[in-house]
This record gives sequence, C-alpha cells and structure tokens, in this order.
Amino acid sequence: MLPVQNVTKEQFTHIGIEITDAERIGRPRVSYLKDAWRRFRENKIATLALIILSIMIFFVIFGPTISGYNYAHIDGKARNQSPSLEHWFGTDQLGRDLFARVWQGGRISMAIGLIGAFVASFIGCIYGGISAYFGGVVDDIMMRIVEVLISVPYLIVVILLSVILQSSSIWTLILAMTLTGWCGIARIVRGQMLQIKAQEYIMAARALGVRPWKIIVKHMIPNTLGVVLVAITFDIPGYIFSEAFLSFIGLGVQPPNTSWGALASSAQSRFVFYPYQLLFPAMMIALTMLCFTLIGDGLRDALDPRLRK
Amino acid sequence: MLRYIAKRIGYMFITLFIIVTVTFFLMRSIPGDPLAHMARGLPEQTKANYYAKYGLDQPLYRQYLVYLKNLLQGDLGESVVYPGRQVSETIVTTSPVSAKIGGIALVIGVSIGIFLGIIAALNKNRWPDYIVMFIAILGVTIPVFVLAALFQYFFAVKLGWFPTSGWGERKHMVLPIMVLALGPIATYARYFKSSMLDTLNQDYVLTAYSKGLSRFNVIRRHVLRNSALPSITLLAGRIVGIFTGSFLVERMFSIPGIGFYYISSINNNDYSMILGTTIFYAVLFVVAQLLVDLIYMLVDPRIRVAPEKN
Repeated sequence: MLPVQNVTKEQFTHIGIEITDAERIGRPRVSYLKDAWRRFRENKIATLALIILSIMIFFVIFGPTISGYNYAHIDGKARNQSPSLEHWFGTDQLGRDLFARVWQGGRISMAIGLIGAFVASFIGCIYGGISAYFGGVVDDIMMRIVEVLISVPYLIVVILLSVILQSSSIWTLILAMTLTGWCGIARIVRGQMLQIKAQEYIMAARALGVRPWKIIVKHMIPNTLGVVLVAITFDIPGYIFSEAFLSFIGLGVQPPNTSWGALASSAQSRFVFYPYQLLFPAMMIALTMLCFTLIGDGLRDALDPRLRK
Repeated sequence: MLRYIAKRIGYMFITLFIIVTVTFFLMRSIPGDPLAHMARGLPEQTKANYYAKYGLDQPLYRQYLVYLKNLLQGDLGESVVYPGRQVSETIVTTSPVSAKIGGIALVIGVSIGIFLGIIAALNKNRWPDYIVMFIAILGVTIPVFVLAALFQYFFAVKLGWFPTSGWGERKHMVLPIMVLALGPIATYARYFKSSMLDTLNQDYVLTAYSKGLSRFNVIRRHVLRNSALPSITLLAGRIVGIFTGSFLVERMFSIPGIGFYYISSINNNDYSMILGTTIFYAVLFVVAQLLVDLIYMLVDPRIRVAPEKN
C-alpha cells in the first residue's frame, strides 16, 4: 500500500491562504506615467538631453540677473569685448553684455517655442478629435481644409503673415506660426483616434456598457496623449527655428527686445571679426533644438507601451 | 487611375485658386496702400495718375478680377518699388539660379544621405551607425545660417579656398551647395535607414536568403529597391526646399536667386513682388506634390491598384 493512503484529513492544517489571494496584486501598481518615466530614464542620451535642457532653462530664467548687467544697458567704453571674467560671453557692438543678452533672448526664443507648440497642438487636438469623432462628411470636409492649408509652404505663410500684420510682437509671431502649424497635429490626432476607436478594448468597454464620455475620457484621450506629447516635443525646435529664421531676415523680434535668432542675425555681419558674438546664440539654438529632438526620441520610445521590452 | 489623376488635378486648381484669392485680399488688407509710402509728397495729379497706372483707383473686386485675368496670362504686374521691373520677368530670370544651386545640392545631398542611410542600416548599433546618426542629428539641429557662417569663416576666410560670397564662377557655388546639401543628407540618412531596417525584416528578404542569394544580391535586388519607395514622398518637400530653403543661403552668399529677391522685396515692402513670388512658390509646391504622388503611384503597384476600390 502507498503511504499516501494513510494520511488522514486531520493531519492537514489550514495556514490561511484563501482562493481569492490568487487575484491579489503583489507589487505596488505602476501608473502609466511612472512606467513611462522609468523607461525614459533608461535611455541615457535622452536623460542627458533633459539634464542639459534643465540647466539651460535655469539660466534662461536666472541668467539675466546673474550677469549683473542689464541686457539693454549700452556701455560705449566696452564695445566688442571678447569673453572675459567681467563679461562672460563678451559684449556686442554697443557694449551690451552678451551673457545677459543671450539668456534674455533665450526667454523669447523658448517662450515662442513652447507657447507655439502648445497652442498649435491644442487647436490640432480639438480639430483632429472632432474630425475623428463625427467621421463621415464632417471628417471629409475638415480633412480637405487641412489638405489645402498644408499645401501652402509653411515658411511662406509665416513670412506673409508677418508682413501683413505689420507688427513684431511675440504674439504676432506666434499667431503667424500657429495659423497653419496645427495641421500636422490635427492629422496625427485624427489618425490615432480612428485607430483607437477600432480597437477591441473599446468594443469591450462598449459591450460592458461604459458610457461614451467615459470611454473618451478614460481610453481615447490618455491613449492619444502620448502621441501628442511626442509631437509637441518635436514641434518646439521647429518653432524655435522659425523664430530664428524670421528674426534673421528682419521680420521677427525687434529691438530693444532680442532673441537667439535676432542675436545671431546682428552678429552675422561681424562674424569674421567677432566670431564669439555669433557662436553663443548659435550654440544655444543648436543645443536647444538638439535637446528637444533627443527628448522627443526618448519620449516616443517611453510612451508607447507596445515598444516595451 | 485616370479618374484619380483628374480628381487630383481638380483639387490642385481649387487649392491654387484659394491661395491666390486669400493672398491677394490679405496683401490688400494691409493698412495703407502699396503706393502710400512712395506717393507721399507728390502733387495731387501725379498721385492720381500713379494710382490709375497701377489700377489702385478701382474698387477692390475689380482689382482682384483684373489681377486674376493677368495672372492667367502669366502677368504678375509690375514692381511697386522699382518701376519698370516686371514681377514675372524677375521670377523667370532669377529662379534658374536658385534651381541650379538647389538642384545640385539636392542631388548631392540625396545621394550622400541614401549612402549614409545604407551604411547605418547595415551596421545597426555599431559605430558606423552611431556616426551617421550623429551627422543626421547635427544636420537637423544646426540652423542653416549658422552653418553658412561657419563655412564662410573656415573655408573662405581662414583657408581661403573659396570666395565668401558672390556669383558668376563655379567656385562661388561650392560653399552654398555644401550648406544646402546638409539638410537632405540628414533627412535622407535618417529616413532611409529606418525604411531599410523595415525592409530587412520582411519575409521576402528571408525568402531571398533561403533561396541561396548572396547578401550583396539580396540587398541590391530586393532591399534597396523596396526601401527607396517611401523616400520618394520626401522629395515633394525637398523640391520646394530647393527654393524656400535658399532664402537665407542666397542672402548670405549674395546669390541673385529668387529667394534673395523675395527677402529684399519683403524688406522693401514691395507688395506686387511679394504677392507674385508667393503665388509662384505656392504653384511650385502644389505641382511638386502632385508630381511626387503620381510618380509614387507609378512605382508602387500597391497604390496603383488601391484607389480603384475607394
């Protein structure tokens, strides 16, 4: 006889595990954003870009104050000085401190980049969302309008508007840049929404009787947000470049205000003699664009759960 | 397929019409009229004659109709700032200059870009890939005017190999072309790499290998051809980039191309020049898009069949 048969029921003791314990969540829940952040940090290049960008933002905020000079202060005795202990980035042809000017210009450049990208994506999200939600004829007409707008060269629109509006405040610039700038994001959002709408978990949610607004808030928006966030990150350098371009051809920010583009533009004619005057603003433009591009790359990988290893 | 092409051409004309109309009325909505600045201080009668000459004494809708009629005949009017200079003539004489440097830069840039993209894709995650991607990212992030200034400084001022600016001889073209080529190099290297990696994962590539084809033949006959398809779509933007991308470069190297005149007409408030050149750019862009779509249809059998279903 096998020994097992001699084991009686009394020999077993209950040690307290219930059937429902199998369903218990063992580890703390990781939210979507936390998970994305963890994956973003694994990307060393993107993290480095984020750190550099943070340092730059710090200087953009506090830089003009640190230098001890007013960015618009003209000093006839200190013209075109090379970088020194007194003027860290040197001075320009009017003796203004370049360290203060570069960071002051950074405020305008970054503000235009950030505000431009956010305004454009806000409009784009609403437009794309409406188009995808209603579908049919509405979608057709709305997308046809976008096609017409997209078929005009972007820089031409911006130039034309700056000429027509005849003023060069930041808001005019942002208006000119976002007027057709939202089209790209509208297309992305529409595509993403249509794709999500057709997916099984939406059907499952509907079958379970979840109300439409809850599907939109709980499923549609969060799942589109990642794509939008990435698009914004890639758009910011575009806006910074457009501003620099406009300022460079004399349509952008006007004195006494300044921006990286305007600084580079005024330094360009004297570049051969005072290369540092162009070097600093140019480096800032390139570095900011580089950082945003790399962060965008990192975000794209981090926010897409399908790319999880 | 013919129906599709006809539809596309129809849409193209609608788009162009909208662009012309909107641009015209926007330009006319600028406070003050195009002549106000120049006619100031002239006697009343002279002023009236000037306004009559440019048709500005007519009501706005008449001006618009006249402009449309002239536009269809290829007449874009006369420069407001330089009397006697015809806008269409300026475009005809200056655009070949832009097309020349832009075209050469595009051909060089696309070839180098594709070449780098192939190298990067075949050496994924090894040092050639990293170097190519580094160049590609630099090319996207360094503003054109900075690059132009750097090249002028090193190759013209320091080394003295090429003249800083000017136009007429072959040596004048080297630096601007180098600057303009970097954009296409960067975009094409990135794009071609990813499209080639995509193709390398396809089943038919595996089939080709298992047939016993050599690696060289698989890549030449199967991978390259199929990876080239998507990058054709990029061309539309690049063809227009020949003209728009050269705004800054032409100004910085003093090349008498269309971008140079466009920028100076903006700085001079030369309304008729701005209007005419903008329309020219828009036409170029829309036509380039159409052509690229048609080319794509011709090369990609999947698309050639698909429109029939819709």
